[in-house]
Amino acid sequence: MDSYDTGKTAVAAAGSTAVKRKVAWSSYAARFRELGLLFFIVLLCMIIQLRNPSFLTWDNIQDLVNNTAILSILSVGMMMVIITRGIDLSVGAILALSGMISAMTVSEYPGTPPMLALLLGAVIGIVCGSIIGFLVSKMDLLPIIATLGMMNVYRGLTYLISDGSWVSAHQMSEAFKKLGTGTWLGISYLVWFAVLVYVIAYYFITHTRTGRQIYAVGSNPEAARISGIQMNRILWLVYAIMGGLSGMAGVLWVAKFASAQGDTATGYELSVIAACVVGGVSIAGGVGKLSGVLLGAILLGIINNALPLINVSPFWQMGIQGAIILAAVLINAVIKRGVDRTHLMRRNI
Amino acid sequence: MSEYILELNGITKRFSGVKALDHVYFKLKAGEIHALMGENGAGKSTFIKIITGVHEADEGEILLDGQPVNFKNPNEAKRAGIAAIYQHVTCYPDLSVTENIFMGHERIAKGSKRILWKEMHEEAQRLLEELGASFSPKTQMGALSVAEQQIVEIAKALSMDARIIIMDEPTAALSSRESEELYRITEQLRDRGAAIIFISHRFEDMYRLASKVTVFRDSKYIGTWKTDEISKSELIVAMVGREITQLFPKKDVAIGEELLRVEGLGRTGYFADVSFTIHRGEIVGLTGLVGSGRTEVCETLFGIQTPDQGQIWLKGRKTRIKSPAQAMRKGIAYLPEDRQKQGLVLDWSISDNITLPSLWQISRKGWTHKKKEREVAKELAERLGVKARTIFDLVSSLSGGNQQKVVFAKLLAMDIDVLILDEPTKGVDVGAKSAIYEIISELAAQGLGILMVSSEMPEVIGMCDKVLVMREGRITASLDRSELSQENILAAAMAD
Amino acid sequence: MNSRTIEQKMDFSWRRFFLQWEWMLLAVFIAVNIINANLSDYYLDFTNLRDAMMSFLDKAFIVLPMVLVMIMGDIDISVGSTVALSAVVMADLYNKGVPMVPAMLICLLTGTICGWLNGWLIVRFKELSSVIVTLSTMIIYRGIAYILLEDQAAGGFPSWFSNLGWGYIGSVPIIVVVFVVFAVIFSLLLHKSVLGRWIYAIGNNSTSSRYSGVQVDRIKILVFTLTGFMAAVAALFLTARMGSTRPNIAMGYELEVIAMVVLGGISTSGGKGRMIGAIIAVFLIGYLRYGLGLINVQAQALLIIIGLLLILAVMLPKLKPGNRKQA
Repeated sequence: MDSYDTGKTAVAAAGSTAVKRKVAWSSYAARFRELGLLFFIVLLCMIIQLRNPSFLTWDNIQDLVNNTAILSILSVGMMMVIITRGIDLSVGAILALSGMISAMTVSEYPGTPPMLALLLGAVIGIVCGSIIGFLVSKMDLLPIIATLGMMNVYRGLTYLISDGSWVSAHQMSEAFKKLGTGTWLGISYLVWFAVLVYVIAYYFITHTRTGRQIYAVGSNPEAARISGIQMNRILWLVYAIMGGLSGMAGVLWVAKFASAQGDTATGYELSVIAACVVGGVSIAGGVGKLSGVLLGAILLGIINNALPLINVSPFWQMGIQGAIILAAVLINAVIKRGVDRTHLMRRNI
Repeated sequence: MSEYILELNGITKRFSGVKALDHVYFKLKAGEIHALMGENGAGKSTFIKIITGVHEADEGEILLDGQPVNFKNPNEAKRAGIAAIYQHVTCYPDLSVTENIFMGHERIAKGSKRILWKEMHEEAQRLLEELGASFSPKTQMGALSVAEQQIVEIAKALSMDARIIIMDEPTAALSSRESEELYRITEQLRDRGAAIIFISHRFEDMYRLASKVTVFRDSKYIGTWKTDEISKSELIVAMVGREITQLFPKKDVAIGEELLRVEGLGRTGYFADVSFTIHRGEIVGLTGLVGSGRTEVCETLFGIQTPDQGQIWLKGRKTRIKSPAQAMRKGIAYLPEDRQKQGLVLDWSISDNITLPSLWQISRKGWTHKKKEREVAKELAERLGVKARTIFDLVSSLSGGNQQKVVFAKLLAMDIDVLILDEPTKGVDVGAKSAIYEIISELAAQGLGILMVSSEMPEVIGMCDKVLVMREGRITASLDRSELSQENILAAAMAD
Repeated sequence: MNSRTIEQKMDFSWRRFFLQWEWMLLAVFIAVNIINANLSDYYLDFTNLRDAMMSFLDKAFIVLPMVLVMIMGDIDISVGSTVALSAVVMADLYNKGVPMVPAMLICLLTGTICGWLNGWLIVRFKELSSVIVTLSTMIIYRGIAYILLEDQAAGGFPSWFSNLGWGYIGSVPIIVVVFVVFAVIFSLLLHKSVLGRWIYAIGNNSTSSRYSGVQVDRIKILVFTLTGFMAAVAALFLTARMGSTRPNIAMGYELEVIAMVVLGGISTSGGKGRMIGAIIAVFLIGYLRYGLGLINVQAQALLIIIGLLLILAVMLPKLKPGNRKQA
């Protein structure tokens, strides 16, 4: 850069070499975070495989992928929410509510086409999400407060409408259960749904103005306001999308496990948030990639799936998940510091 | 078709009853660089906000190509071809340069509304090349220097085919070489037929670039001149409206023993090799352009930031300052630059604000002592001449000058030796300014050592015993009172 | 320099006095009681009303420090998990042969450490909000509780321990006495001490506070540590009342505690609110819950009501024209 004079490098050189090495490491980490994550996943798989050879069998892989599909769908929505500097704790509750309503509909009217049930779930989810979006955008509620409150409202509603009872496998039509168990070209519908969601989401966040505005709002809300982006609309939208995806996931979940209960997916939002932060979505907003989120979801899927295989008690799962979230946000923070430092050096006086 | 591309007639704007602009006029021709000058608080930023549609004027008319317009939001102004480039670039640090350029007016495909990334990248590349920038449009915005970010902002204005470009102190944070680059680009824009409003505190900018200059003072329109027909001193008189020398009640104080000595202080990325001393009764000025590292030096002395190198001696003893609380215990107080964000708790009363730093000393072993607090607050508020009805008035209801007096009162409630003032008269009206100068002189007379950061040259010259000038993180000159002149300071503050 | 005088007296306005949020809360509280009394004949029974407190006051222990946390502009959603972990650690140790009193002390210590860790992380990693930090530790603390006890219940405590939950001093339940003591301590701390003023200062403007020499980091750690400690106190009383503990106790406490604090008039953006409001809100929600229980309203319906109360409590002040805070 010709506009930099030599005086600057002198000051920069004054920084200790230890600092410099850290800088190099962290900016490297930021650039290749997805590769690193992928590498970590491969490593993890190898370790698990060594301890239990039944891990990398076709059946188990299929199982794992199917189990991860729903998580990965939800992570897309959560990514957009977190990019706008928000958070959504109501995911599990919306999932349960829409799963319950659609399961009850299916058991009442066995002729309901599965796609209609899916649509119903999505609509319920969108309504639930829109309410949260309204509270966050128009009423200025902190996302944590709005979603904490509504999470309990939705969870309570699920219990109320089901009167505490379950909808179980024999009350659902075969066609409906196919949604969760059926395959096409040897790959389950769940995975196809996830692929569809990712393709649409990719197009949406990279190739449409509204999609890019999500990033803009998260990266610098002040600038977004000045440049005339309708913040309220964007915030509303991301929570509605999150709700819609949760609603759809609810139907898939109920179809897959062939049961709808009041406590379905309690705390599932935590796995979703974990997938996002592990995938490099910044809690500070503005940053997040679908590829990262997908890898994050896969990593969480593997951990959830493989723990029993290597004789780790399932009771460790929660602790491990929490540790992963914390480690991921801390590592993100440290990398961010390093990158900012690098930028500062470049900007040096 | 009017001779002027933009005309503002009798624009008035009030904020909760106070006039921020009072019948101001401005006329701009295509292919012209028109400077707008005025002191801090003269109404320049409000004026820009009205042109760019952030605020609506209460009175007056705006003519664009002779047609009256009324921008209700920034988008309407943008669509009319008006773009603004600010000193603090309002960018999206996480997004690419291309996106920053095209945010809000992305190139999209006709039918599908798909964003045409390839076209945008190419267009961005072309614009950047045209402006002589060498970074890629795919770079992340946050990784660029301030100067580079401004080039992106200019590219953004070009991409929108802006006909009117407002530059708000664009050179303030730039080195002289970078400023030179900006001059070149600005002239290039003018030659393409754009009309440019150039706001700057630097006379050099103005004489170098502008063909006309308009001056505002205290929210009012003072006049418009051709730049080759008005001298610097005439301009200064127009801006300040008075002879500057009368304003400063500087007292002759005997300089006492050394209070603070700083040697080779440095903080990577901000400043390096800063050394100076402050004695009792001495007012040391610290000046230089915005971004030259002045505030960072102060914050390091006050323990907000920690230095990487160098030593600090306090009353002859080597010391380390790790936090503001520690600095205060050692007798250093700091009046921060941003009164509202750093100096005050706006929703609190005058009394609570004044006693906040000294609360522990006023308390009874940790339990608050309301009566004593009130007495302390009342005494200090009166001593500093805070204009308020009761000490329970909220500081948010006070004027800028009175708020600043409250901040002074906070610091004086403590037992201090060294007082660091960062832009003590920023955003303060003229009357309050002289009151604040009086306070500062009085404090120096009482034997405090004062370090005063200021961008306002007259203030530095009028008040200080010694002036340190910083440029790009280093002290480039240390001038005695006898050597003080605008020219000397400017020469040291501006590069090569 | 200037001899102008400034008044030292505060103007007193009856209007302002009666427009306080706490009066409204009190009115709602009385209304709830009247309605409850009309709905159920059993409601207005002194013994019942007194003993109802035993069932909801354990949460109230956490409300007290949560008021401080939220006035600072932060939030702690790990409190339910801290309760569970402290209780589980105590039960686990007791069942492994540690005497009860040391086990109880370790329970308090566990909660304190959990709280300290929250505070330390928030201060050390300023770029992380308290939301995300306590969200992670919420999962971790409960996760550890699961690791320790799996899905077992642990109990068999000495009989004197259950007195904490069920005992009386004279005719007043022990828990009420302890709560009153803590409530007085916390009220004094918030409203009469220098620390309390600093907490308000941080919540209003943490930058200004720091520039004014307030040791923001230390105070934050202290307040979060206090929160952890009080969660452990709640764990003691909860375990004593239930006679045993499980890793899944105190699920959803964070919601109820935050709802009580917010309903008590503490602003979610920090800096505003009073202890008394939150204390009234504790009794309001507590008796609401008790009354609805008497007329057989399901526990799940209560979830809805509390969730809505939380949201309404935040929304109401914002709906008042001219009172909308800038985001």
